Amino acid sequence: MPRGVWALPPVVVLALVFLYPLALVVQQSFSPESGGGAFDAYASVFASQSFREALGTTVWLAVGATVGCLVLGFALALVIAFVPFPGARAVAKFIDVFLSFPSFLITLALLFVYGTVGMANGLVTDLTGAAEGPFHFLTTPWGVLLAEITYFTPFVMRPLLAAFSQLDTAQLEVAAGLGARPARIVRQVILPEALPALAAGGSLVLVMCLNEFGIVLFTGAKDVTTLPMLIYGKAILESDYSAACGVAVVNIAISVGLFGLYRVVGKRAGA
Amino acid sequence: MLVHSKSGRWAAWGLFGLLFLPLFALPLLVVVAASFSTHWSGAFPSGPTTENYAAAVRGESLQALTTSLVTAVAASLLALAVGTWAALAAATLKKRGKRLMDALFMLPVAVPSVVVGLAVLVAFSRPPVLLNGTGSIVVLAHTVLVTAFAHQSVSAAIVRLDPAYEQAAASLGARPAYVLWRVELPLLLPSLTAAAGLCFALSMGELSATMMLYPPDWMPLPVRIFTATDRGSLFTGSAVAVVLMAATLLVLLAVSRVRTRASYR
Repeated sequence: MPRGVWALPPVVVLALVFLYPLALVVQQSFSPESGGGAFDAYASVFASQSFREALGTTVWLAVGATVGCLVLGFALALVIAFVPFPGARAVAKFIDVFLSFPSFLITLALLFVYGTVGMANGLVTDLTGAAEGPFHFLTTPWGVLLAEITYFTPFVMRPLLAAFSQLDTAQLEVAAGLGARPARIVRQVILPEALPALAAGGSLVLVMCLNEFGIVLFTGAKDVTTLPMLIYGKAILESDYSAACGVAVVNIAISVGLFGLYRVVGKRAGA
Repeated sequence: MLVHSKSGRWAAWGLFGLLFLPLFALPLLVVVAASFSTHWSGAFPSGPTTENYAAAVRGESLQALTTSLVTAVAASLLALAVGTWAALAAATLKKRGKRLMDALFMLPVAVPSVVVGLAVLVAFSRPPVLLNGTGSIVVLAHTVLVTAFAHQSVSAAIVRLDPAYEQAAASLGARPAYVLWRVELPLLLPSLTAAAGLCFALSMGELSATMMLYPPDWMPLPVRIFTATDRGSLFTGSAVAVVLMAATLLVLLAVSRVRTRASYR
């Protein structure tokens, strides 16, 4: 009996519950229930204003959140690793716990912090006596951006902290001894070492932001539609499965392509 | 040590605190604070109460909690079985086969969860297998989503496994099944429990795929939190969210204890 036989049962299971459904989605996107040609669903999807807007919103939110996470994650990881303070290990542990919570909790919390009757607006109205506070960005794309940066920054920090722990601190001492200031040490010693971890963490966050659903759903904003929201809306709210499958195929293509990139970058970074 | 001057160090810590506390600590504190209050119309919540928790552990919410627990346990066990089997089988394959298995089992992570939900809904709403409207379609979707993580952490552990143990067992005449059951699996136990904890936490918080296919009588906690906050009962929603976080943390803690006991072997 060849050894490969034992690999068959799990592959068959995966094919039945995942690959076959996925194939059906692709098939349905090419054969609308209402009849018509193979590419009719795609033509109408690409022609629709809502799809193009959703695609644009998804991409800029994901790119913006990724950049934000990289900058913030790098700064925070630098302090934890190289300017250690009592409790820095507890903070690292807290980050691990943070990762095990669902993303929508962040949006729920932001409602209390920046919502119309939340903490920040309450502080301002208490201080100035104004009728309402100045913060109204939660139901705009900026609210989603803030929530995504908050939730996904730990995903950048974890590989960075792992990379920093392998960095030989003697290099930093030598650079400092030669008269380099902290900013220069960060730029010329730490950053080159951290680049692979940054690339791996950044591309993972980019994929996860493109596919984020909970944060956008909880925001409840009518004018923030991303691709996953569009799929949900088409399939569940409008029962237009062909259109949903068309958008889904586009979303799969973008996401799987980027994920492949992440795997290549991650392999090279050893992460 | 990157910054040597005392003032520079305090500046770095100050910046860290300014960024870290409001961004990461505040959200969790705020949800906990809100779960104990009835109003939030100023800087701080008001009207301390435990009524939200009383509502969170009865009726619909209690049902959602048990639904979530059953779904998460079932999905984690299924995912662990399939993922471990796949990882063990892949380890015996040659390089190309190994990479193919790896890519196949990582694919569910690359596909958006909403699309996984849509695909499972489309596939199992038609013959030959009709699962639409039952709880098992939710379990199935969760299993698909978390199998990748089980497979990934178990195969990472298999790579680190010292082959000397199984070779020694085999040279002493142990059959492959015996080696697997008495040598490999016990050695893998710490990573198996860690993988189980990860799968459980992911399944407890899963919302995207669940929103696509949950039937009315099988509503997990995240959906319950969404329907509560969508109707405007933010404070009840927070209490349910705290219950969700507490349940996840308790299970993760229990699982990490199993891991420390196993690592003494």
